[in-house]
Amino acid sequence: MPVDTVHLSTDVLVIGSGGAGMYAAIEAARRGRRVILVDRSLIGRGGATVMAQMTVAVGLEEGGLDHPEHHYVDTLAAGRGLCDPAIARLLCEEGPARIREMDAWGVGWAREDGAYKRAFAPGHDRPRCVYVDFLNTGPAVSKTLRVQLNRIPEIRRVGDLLVTALALRAGDCVGAVGLHLSSGRTVSIAAGATVVATGGLTRMYHRNSASANMMGDGYALALAAGAELIDMEFVQFFPIGHLAPRLVGMDPIMWDPFRYKLGGRLLNGQREEFIDRYGSKDEGRYIVTRDVATFAIVKEVEAGRGSPHGGAYLSFEHCSEAELRAAGGPVIDRLAANGIDLTRQAIEVAPIAHYHMGGVRVDASMATRVPGLFAAGEAVGGANGANRLSGNAITEALVFGCAAGASAAAQAEAGATRADASAFRGETDRLREGNAAPDFNPAAMVEQLQATMQDDVGPFRTAASLERALARLGALRAELSSRKPQTGRPYDGALADWHDLHTMTRVGECVAAAALARTESRGAHQREDHPGLDDAWRVNQLLTLERGSLRIERHATPQ
Amino acid sequence: MNVTLVVCRGTPGDAPREERWTVPFEPGQSVLDALRWIRSHRDATLAIRYSCTNANTCKECMVRIDGKTAYACTARLHEGTMRIEPLPNKRLVRDLVTEIAPPNERLSGV
Repeated sequence: MPVDTVHLSTDVLVIGSGGAGMYAAIEAARRGRRVILVDRSLIGRGGATVMAQMTVAVGLEEGGLDHPEHHYVDTLAAGRGLCDPAIARLLCEEGPARIREMDAWGVGWAREDGAYKRAFAPGHDRPRCVYVDFLNTGPAVSKTLRVQLNRIPEIRRVGDLLVTALALRAGDCVGAVGLHLSSGRTVSIAAGATVVATGGLTRMYHRNSASANMMGDGYALALAAGAELIDMEFVQFFPIGHLAPRLVGMDPIMWDPFRYKLGGRLLNGQREEFIDRYGSKDEGRYIVTRDVATFAIVKEVEAGRGSPHGGAYLSFEHCSEAELRAAGGPVIDRLAANGIDLTRQAIEVAPIAHYHMGGVRVDASMATRVPGLFAAGEAVGGANGANRLSGNAITEALVFGCAAGASAAAQAEAGATRADASAFRGETDRLREGNAAPDFNPAAMVEQLQATMQDDVGPFRTAASLERALARLGALRAELSSRKPQTGRPYDGALADWHDLHTMTRVGECVAAAALARTESRGAHQREDHPGLDDAWRVNQLLTLERGSLRIERHATPQ
Repeated sequence: MNVTLVVCRGTPGDAPREERWTVPFEPGQSVLDALRWIRSHRDATLAIRYSCTNANTCKECMVRIDGKTAYACTARLHEGTMRIEPLPNKRLVRDLVTEIAPPNERLSGV
């Protein structure tokens, strides 16, 4: 019983309401445009921003302590030679204005004697990261942006809307088509400019630190619309995500905030320090970078020296209760409610999928090569190269959101929407196709895909594991094609899973194929069969879709 | 260990029906863990709303658990029987999903 499509129209459409999407909507509205901000979940509550626990990197000049140039140098060094200098520079140069604006909006950055408190995070040459105590950076940033959004009547917010395709007319992006989850209706949105702000792809991995609604939607949408993807092989694993004992209501803790303040000791299953065996140091201070720590923990586990659940121990047992209370505040009580006393027990940690450096290729105005299509936030590739510096994610969400909102506003002013029914019909028809009651479990298939990505496209890859993954992803995709559930039922999770699998099999193919092609190890991409950096590989890989097939091209990194 | 979940299901206009599932669990696991297990092992059509999964930041998974309003991600499983129902004071969408978005964040006219 297909029902009619709901048609909406706007100047600027923003897809995704994490930090980047909310900021893009605010900026486009500031410039006089009407905006529709959509999200597949509730507005401003899903995504990665709300999950951020602490650090926001910014080269604030206050007190003569720092400068955007120093931040920029560290960002390029972390990126292992692959950052796009223009967008990395934008991130660092515009960061201070966005961070001060958030301060004026009352986000509550931690202060001491009136000055911003700045944490020293690995990879930075000085204390550079502002934060909201205690582990509250993400919720505070999200709430602050939601308050601003609510004040702007020109921004229409629509939750529960899963965008399944961008609408094209003569090669230009003229809006999008989606599925309204809570009603089962199809929706078309005509827009003068469209911003993809759907975040990264961490849900594709079994253990991950972001929300379940981030699985590369924007990459798949942009790729299908003719945009290029860049650096897709670089998935950042956060080395010390919580592993055990089981936490509820606060999982996964990224244990950084405690390490910044207290150091802590990273120990193997035999309670020995081990980071020094892998070319760095720990010694109770938090200086080891994410890629080295991930490598060291995985190798200790492989050598049979892991902790009981397959990770490493992180111990604060040498700290007093008063020190822990000062560092963790109310988090100490929430840990106690989970039966954890850090003065008496080490917790177990392990690498966890955390961020994706790659994404949609844009210029410094956040424009893709598809006219009318822009990207913002983690959906953008290129700023962070092969490895992201800690603290850059929230900064880029705000900075890129601002740039994308401004560019989309200008685009929408220059040309009103040229969408007509033909731009939407193909996708609305496709959405309505399907079987009434297909006999399969897409939720189980999601778990299979997550296991494949974790096991074979994780932090350490080989040609054999990547080829295995590509075969498995192809088989899952083939299985999907004949089994689409019918649209039309309210909150049909199986249908949403089906669309998500469609996205994830394509995006997984992008990650695995780019990783297979890159026969070296660099930053977050570690090939066990090709150890070490190869200067010939100081290039980016660009991915495009041509007649349904993925094409990979090498492109000299701009200097 | 096992828990029996009795889940109230249906859409507006249907007569509500109860379904029972026995779910294996380890101490410390949440009600949301069990509902997700049911989706991937027994019935993917069971509707439940969540985004952050276990961090309690998205605040989307609020339901009634044994007659009390709670977040499925923070309520712990226990042996025996647990009864899960949608929020009674919100418009039912399907199964455990209710309309919890603020009115000005919905697709109007639907």
